[in-house]
Amino acid sequence: MLGILGKSISTGIVTTSYPVTPPEVSRHTRGRPEIGWPNWTDARPAAAVCPTGAISFQNNGQQRRASLDLGKCVFCGLCAGADKSIRMTNVRECAARRRDDLVTTAAYLLKTDETHDRMVSPPSSPKPAVSAPLPPPGASVEAIGQQIKERVGKIFGRSLHIREVDAGSCNGCEIEIGGLNSPVYDIERFGIHFVASPRHADMLLVTGPVTRNMELALKKTYDATPDPRLVVAVGACGCSGGIFGVNYATRGAVDAVIPVDLYIPGCPPHPLTILDGVLRLLGQIEDRR
Amino acid sequence: MNLSAVSPELQPVLEEVTKRFHGRIESVFTPRLNEVYFEARMDLVAGFCAHLFRKWDARLVSVFADDARTGAGVFHLYYVMALDAAHGFFTLRVPVPSETSEFLSLTDAMPAVNWQEREIQDMFGLKLRGHPNPRRCALHDDWPEVYPLRKDFDLRTVLPPFEGVRHKFRTVEGEGVFQVPVGPVHAGIIEPGHFLFSVAGEPVLYLQLRLFYVHKGTEKLFENLPVSHGVRLAESISGDSSFAHATAFCHAVERAAGVQAPARARAMRSICLELERIYNHIADVGAICTDVAFVTANMHAMRLRERVLRVNEQLTGNRLLRGMACLGGVRFDWDAEQLASLAELVDELKPEFDSLAQLVEGSSSTLDRLETTGVLKPKVARDLGVVGIAGRASGFDHDLRRDFPHAAYDEVEVHVPVYQVGDVEHRMQVRIDEVRESLSLLQQFLTKLPAGPLHTEIGELPADRVALGYVEGWRGEIFHWIRTAPGNRLARCKIKDPSLQNWPALSEAILGNIIPDFPVVNKSFNLSYSGNDR
Repeated sequence: MLGILGKSISTGIVTTSYPVTPPEVSRHTRGRPEIGWPNWTDARPAAAVCPTGAISFQNNGQQRRASLDLGKCVFCGLCAGADKSIRMTNVRECAARRRDDLVTTAAYLLKTDETHDRMVSPPSSPKPAVSAPLPPPGASVEAIGQQIKERVGKIFGRSLHIREVDAGSCNGCEIEIGGLNSPVYDIERFGIHFVASPRHADMLLVTGPVTRNMELALKKTYDATPDPRLVVAVGACGCSGGIFGVNYATRGAVDAVIPVDLYIPGCPPHPLTILDGVLRLLGQIEDRR
Repeated sequence: MNLSAVSPELQPVLEEVTKRFHGRIESVFTPRLNEVYFEARMDLVAGFCAHLFRKWDARLVSVFADDARTGAGVFHLYYVMALDAAHGFFTLRVPVPSETSEFLSLTDAMPAVNWQEREIQDMFGLKLRGHPNPRRCALHDDWPEVYPLRKDFDLRTVLPPFEGVRHKFRTVEGEGVFQVPVGPVHAGIIEPGHFLFSVAGEPVLYLQLRLFYVHKGTEKLFENLPVSHGVRLAESISGDSSFAHATAFCHAVERAAGVQAPARARAMRSICLELERIYNHIADVGAICTDVAFVTANMHAMRLRERVLRVNEQLTGNRLLRGMACLGGVRFDWDAEQLASLAELVDELKPEFDSLAQLVEGSSSTLDRLETTGVLKPKVARDLGVVGIAGRASGFDHDLRRDFPHAAYDEVEVHVPVYQVGDVEHRMQVRIDEVRESLSLLQQFLTKLPAGPLHTEIGELPADRVALGYVEGWRGEIFHWIRTAPGNRLARCKIKDPSLQNWPALSEAILGNIIPDFPVVNKSFNLSYSGNDR
């Protein structure tokens, strides 16, 4: 017993001070890709190497519409290797309320060799976040925790309870969601708990792609969750079907089966990406009330 | 037949086998030094396998089918056997005419192939003869009559909506016998599957597993992607084994193309495989403790796992090592700073992990719950062909890193922990020993990391080549078998995750235990649902 206590004391506090301080991110991290839209000379090489179709294009006569869909992106960075106009940033925050907000599209006039002549319609301005970032500068973890607890309390009348549902995932997202319970990310400091039953839950955190064999179980879990309930689609597969897409065995995105309130891209998303998305969603819902 | 086309260790086996089955083996094909293919008729399978088992201590590691009706006019069945002592793979290929579409079951003699045979029946519509329980397995009861892995079935086929037909489980009856259904949505943050316990009072009499809830059409999808995209798909077969699966896939493609990854890439692959092993093993040690209410140990384990995941990210840009593997080698080189962070991790983790292990080993209340719980006897493990951690805890002395060195494992000596007890405690002990061994291996790879290029060019992949790729993942042996198609595509990719082999062992290990111990027994195996269901 003394040994256990001694080890805990000598270990000290390991919890990240995020969101008070910015997340510690390695410069090698592959976060959201960034395209130099105005000077993009050709969408084809990147689209050819993209394994999920996150970068795609459509030609219409002399025009081309080219898109980057963060909901499909697995952050592999192959596009950046094939195209100098694209670089991988180490930005992790990229959750969005609407599926469309994850897609950026620009239009180009084409030359005869089908490279881009010039941009004719600029990219839709990115809407990465929902509501303002949470921490007021200089706030303490305790103050933020208190603020979030109050928000959650206003919405649900108590602390936020999350039920995680794996509706077809490879288990990658589960590793990172499980990480939120670790002492490093410690989601409970915000009054957010993972619970064992949808009956106790306010929010479903759903990973996909939703398989044909899990579709009914997901619907039943959703029906068993009392109103008001929130649904968060986690990971490229949950947002869009990811590399699996829609096929004989999967329905693809979570929103093909139940309504979704928040999309968190990633393959898998970092625990802080998930935490950031969930906290912002709560902020926005409170703002709306 | 040219004996020198195989390794010297395999030559006597090959000689004996061809002599013994002379006239009944139609052809022998030796594409690689440790990979031999035999062609024979269906009626030879049982005798051929039995002989290899008895005489050469072989193991049947994968049974699968391939729709070769367009080229050969038949379906092919493949029986892949590993000869651990002779370090080679013998594969028996058997034609199944599309008119009869029947094949003989081996399940009665070899229970290990039960699910694999039924999966062939589901996916190809080949009828099993002589199987004790030939019900559906991979495709659930409500599925229409479709055979997804036949070539005339389109990947994007839209099937009629799910009807939710209740699966008929076997009933277990008697005074005071109850059935307790669990899943597919579980209480923890884990994958879906259904467990039906039959209990008399507390002890479990019988456990029925129903899996394949997360079947995603992965093998079919491989046939529809360019081979380079297949690497990314392989990373999503089982999320906790992303690098191992991707590397097994690359290994298969490289063998088909007849190239080898350069020395530096092979060493880097081994380093990533060990990192994957370490982070999963540490997490499992913690999770086993949680399941017997020693949460403090789990908190320390989670802290250490996070430390490893961050180094993974530092080295590969992704915490689960995704995006690092590529055909012919690895994608990103490591600079001095990255290598220093890895060396620092190894130095730091050694005492930290020892301290965690001491914490667990010093907790008598924890050990009390783990000892003699969920025993898988060596005889049962051997009959079921249990591999990996669970196999080594139940007396099966085996590890592909040592027996079939891949990546850079031929450069080091891998010590394999083996126990005979087969309880939860020893499945945890195997992990503890392996983390220590992995840390030592990392140090060895780091000190002699060769310089040089990161990948070998694969070029245009020749069509109609077959190759077996293999990797010892943290959970056990992973096989990817491919047959190539024109245009850098695959005609077939068969994935064998160790979970498919090990799941049935859980039903054996839980017998006589109480339901409250099921979580810890399950966690001590920690099998992949996604890798099993694909």
